[in-house]
Formats: sequence, structure tokens, C-alpha cells
Amino acid sequence: MRELLSSFLAGLGQGSVYALLALGFVIIYKSMRVISFAQPALMLAGAVLVSYLVGPFGFILAVILGVAGTALLGLGIERTVIRPMVGKPVFVVAIITLGIDIALRVVINGFIGTDVRQVGDPWGFARVSLFGVTVQERYIAMFVTTAVVITVLFAFFKYTRLGLATRAAAFDQETALAQGISVSSVFALAWAIAGGLAAVAGTFVATGAGIDQQLWIIALKALPAIILGGLDSLGGAVIGGLSIGVVESLVATYQLDYAPWLGDNFSVVSPYVVMLLVLLVKPYGLFGTREVERV
Amino acid sequence: MTAPVRQRRPRQLSGRPGLYTSYAQQLRLLNTRPKLLTVSAIVLLAFVLPWLVADETLSLLGVAMAASIGAIGLNIVTGYAGQVSLGHAFFLAIGAYTASAVSGAPDDDTIGFGVTNVLVWLLAAGLVAAVFGVLVAPLATRLRGLYLAIVTLGLVFLGEHIFAEWQALTGGAGVGRPGPVPVLFGVELNSSGDVLTSDQKLYLLMLASLVVFGLLARNLARSKVGRAFAAIRDRDIAAEVIGVNLTRYKVIAFAVSSFYAGCAGALVYTITGFIEPSSFNLLLSVQYIAMVLIGGVATISGSIMGAFFITLLPALTRQLPTVAPFISEDASSPLNVFQVETVLYGLLIIGFLIFEPRGLYGIWIRIRNYWKAWPFSY
Repeated sequence: MRELLSSFLAGLGQGSVYALLALGFVIIYKSMRVISFAQPALMLAGAVLVSYLVGPFGFILAVILGVAGTALLGLGIERTVIRPMVGKPVFVVAIITLGIDIALRVVINGFIGTDVRQVGDPWGFARVSLFGVTVQERYIAMFVTTAVVITVLFAFFKYTRLGLATRAAAFDQETALAQGISVSSVFALAWAIAGGLAAVAGTFVATGAGIDQQLWIIALKALPAIILGGLDSLGGAVIGGLSIGVVESLVATYQLDYAPWLGDNFSVVSPYVVMLLVLLVKPYGLFGTREVERV
Repeated sequence: MTAPVRQRRPRQLSGRPGLYTSYAQQLRLLNTRPKLLTVSAIVLLAFVLPWLVADETLSLLGVAMAASIGAIGLNIVTGYAGQVSLGHAFFLAIGAYTASAVSGAPDDDTIGFGVTNVLVWLLAAGLVAAVFGVLVAPLATRLRGLYLAIVTLGLVFLGEHIFAEWQALTGGAGVGRPGPVPVLFGVELNSSGDVLTSDQKLYLLMLASLVVFGLLARNLARSKVGRAFAAIRDRDIAAEVIGVNLTRYKVIAFAVSSFYAGCAGALVYTITGFIEPSSFNLLLSVQYIAMVLIGGVATISGSIMGAFFITLLPALTRQLPTVAPFISEDASSPLNVFQVETVLYGLLIIGFLIFEPRGLYGIWIRIRNYWKAWPFSY
């Protein structure tokens, strides 16, 4: 029981990172109907930026600057590469983001080098006892930070003028334009927010083991999360992310005892299995909107 | 009732080579004389090439030809039928492993059945991959666009895990297994004989396969099936309304595409001679996407051009240090050819999509149209 609980809590922590990344995907998808495959590169960029800034500025300030920097990077990508492609088929734009991801990651890998870089977080692998269950402190930090970030984000979308504009543009671009909403700044904002969220996620992913050149693969696990939640549902992204984290953690704890034939490290690919199963049952995810199309 | 009389039309009007008098005439494979002449010239040149160039170049060209088959396969499902697939690496892997398992030595560490006939293992590789394609297709009939892209992406990760763990088949991560053993009509293709070296024989095998597969794909594209693919790509609901059975044609598209991918995987690893399970990753899928996009979406000649471009790109970037000394050949230095290569994949995809969405094929069309009307601008 204790093992189950501690595995569950670790999963929630890891899952909140997936939730942040998934939110980035969903925000971009809602605004431009495109899945940005550049998210792994943005995550890596955020983590590397923090690892360089943490020396002179300390952890908290480094994270804030890192988030700002990565948001700017996201904005820059949108302005230079994505903007000329507005109105083109979504597949083309998605493949362009894939190209950005590949090119950008090579540059970032140059900054990582062959060593493992540390983000200098205050938690490391320290553990704490919570109601009799031992959990790594960093998982608690992930969960709490994500909760705060998500609350702020949802409040932003619900209560501010810009948030309302974003929702309007996501609902119907042309009508939003006719009402005087600058859809292009909504696009820019979506990419900046996605960049910022990716930076936070990247920092947390890098806590503990540090940053190496393979870290980006973790960002792609947000894809099963958004499929699970539905591509256009913010709440779905959060729930999907948390569930994927919990599933992965539980599989990591129990799979070798109960299903050893699945091989070592099966937990790493378990999110994709969950994704395939969900898609067979619910093609638009748990909370996604069913597409209605006219000929 | 009398059978409808088919009106006979003149095959071609004299002095009007560009005028088509029937649909069949327009759809002919080599519908103009210049096309007929250039294509024959290229094929002829390709067949005498083994006696003209060095063996290393031949093996590189052979890989490019095998990759062309894979690119044609991806173009069938993504270019013609419009179903975005990022899972091509998975199907390549299935083909490669099927072929090497069928042809491998039975007393080796890894599974092998010792059937070394090329025709047998090539067909087996294609068919097993096609079966997996058919298994994936039901997802494609339920999903559209980017959902499908993500699912096929998941397939690559699952495949990577399975291939790393199934050591009896693949040898396991970091160990690998030998590639397929090619024997055709009693001739061992991967050892040098009295008449031809192994590189020359393998090159000819690849060339012959590419000609066959290319022709088949071209014929598929101009048939009823090809038109159904195009209808699904352009507007799937409209296609369904005019009577195209979506499920049926999506299954066909995935089956044919996977068949091509399986054969391509088997052939590529025949030349390289060694299969490492971790090589079937997302980057490989992206390389094939790049071949299709850079070559030209929904064209066979474009797929071949793109595959040659992407396969020969590393050979070109390896030459960079002689021109630009600040780029190093050492993989551990800050700016090296491997990084340049990967960045180029990304930048070329972006550049072609923004500036020439029709790819190399589109550039060729532009050049052709320019000279057609020369010296007038149009």
C-alpha cells in the first residue's frame, strides 16, 4: 500500500510536468489548429538557459529569466517561420515545426556538450515523509508549481481582456477579426505561453538527474497526454498529463514483478500504449470536441 | 441491344505533339517524346554505371535507390492519399528484420531460417510489413490529420522498445544482427565473383528493384485506386459522397505503403550489412518525410530525387571541412559535419515548404516551363 501511494505521488509529480507541456501543445493547437512539434526543443532550450543562468542569478531568478527567454524564443519562431505559413494546410505547418525542432535541438545540444548539465535546483534527490509515505521533494515542488501556474493561466484566460480575445480567436478566427481582435497577436501570445510553459517543464524535468542530449524525448510524452485529454481541451490536457504520469510511474513500479516479458524500461513507452488504447475507444480523446465538417 | 461502339480516334495528330485526343493518351506513362527519350537515357545510363564509377560510389547510389523505394512508399500514403505518417521507420524496421530473419543463418545467435533467395525474403519483408500496415489502418480510418501523425509517432517509440528488447530477433541494443543475405539465381550478391564485384551486383539489384517498384507505383497512381487516393487527400468527406469507400482505400494506401517500406528496409540493410535496433528512430522517419517533401509530394520522380538528395547529403557535408575549415570532422568538437547535416535536414524541410512546396520536382517544372517558352517569359 505504501509502495503504491509513493509511486502514485511520484507519478502525479512527473505527470504535472507532462501537464505543463501538454498545455503548451493545446494552447498552440487551439489558436492555430496546429500541433507544434517544436515543443521538445523549446523545453530543452528552457532547461539549458536555466542551467546557464543559475550560477550568477540563483535558482528562482534563473527560472524566471529562463521562462522569459524561452517565451521570446517561441515568439521569435512564430514571427519568422510560422507567420508566412498562416492559411497553409496544417500538415505543412506541423512538419515545419518538426524541422524547427530538429534544427534548434542541434544548436542547443552544442550548448549542452557531452557532459550532464545541472539546473542547480534546491531539491536534488532529497526525500520527505508525507503522511507516512516517502516522496522525493522535487515531485512535490513540481506538483505545487504546476498547480499555481495552471491556476494563473486559467484565471488569465477567464478574466483578462487578452484572455477573452484568445478564447474568441480560438472559437472563430474570422468573427474575432471582425470584432477588432488582433488574431496575429493571439498567435504570438500562444507561442510565447507555450514557450514559457515548456521552460518551466524543462527545468523540472532536469531536476535530479540533470540535462543530457536525450532529455527532449520526455517532451513527446505530452503527446499521449493531449490525445488522452483531447487536442482542444485545456482541462483535458491537465488531466491527461497527470494520468499519463501516474500510469508511467505505476508501470515502472509493478511491471517487472507482474509482466516481466514486456522487457526493461517498458514504463518509458507505456504512455504510447495508453494512447493507442484510448484512441481505439474514443477517437477525439476524453474531453476533445468532435469535429463536425461540411463537404 | 447493341454494344456501344467505341469511337476510334487518331492516336496523334501530325504536327501537334502536345495535343491529346483521349484521356488514355494523356495518362500514358511516357506521354511525350522528350520524356520517353530522357527516361530511357537515364535508365540506360544507370545500367551501365557499374562499369563507369568506383565501387564506393556504387554502394552509396545503391542505398539511395533502396531508400527511393521507401520514399515512394511514404509518398503513396502521405502524398497521394494524404494520410500523414510519421511511422515509416517502424515499417522499414519490420521489413529489415523479416528479411534478415528469413535469410539469416539458422545456427546464429539470432533467429534465422536460412532461405537466402532474394525474391523470397523481399516478398516476405514486404508482406509482413503490409500486414502491420493493415493493422494500423483501422486507426487511420477513425482518425484524421494530426491525430494520425501522433499515433504513427507513438508507433515508432513502441517499435524502438520492442526491437531493443526482443534480443532473439534483433540481437538487442548496441549488439545488432547481420543484414539480409542476398542470393539470386544461385549467385551470391554480397561477395565478389569473377565477373562482378559485390558492390556492382548489389547496385544492379537495387536498380532493377527501383525500376520495378517505381513503375508499379506510377501505374497505381494513374489507376482508379490512385484517383481514389487523390480524392481522399483533397477532401475526404467529398470523396465519400461521390462513392469512394474511405476504409477500403485507406487500408489499401497503408498496405501498399508499408509493403514498399518493408522492401526498402530489407534492401537498404542488405547493402549496409548490419542492423542496429536503435537506428529505427524518429529521425529516420523524419528523413523519409524530408525525402518526400524535398523531392515533391505526390510524384514518383520527386520521391526518387528526394531520396537521392537526402542519401547523398552526408557525402556532400563530409566534404565541407575542405571548403570551410572552421567545420570539424570530429564528432566531439563544437561545430562538426554531423551537426551541420542534421541542421540541414531541418532547414531544408522548412525552406522547401515555404519557398517551393512542390519540391525538387517543382523546380524541374519551373526550369522546363522556362525553356519551353524561351525566349519569351510565358
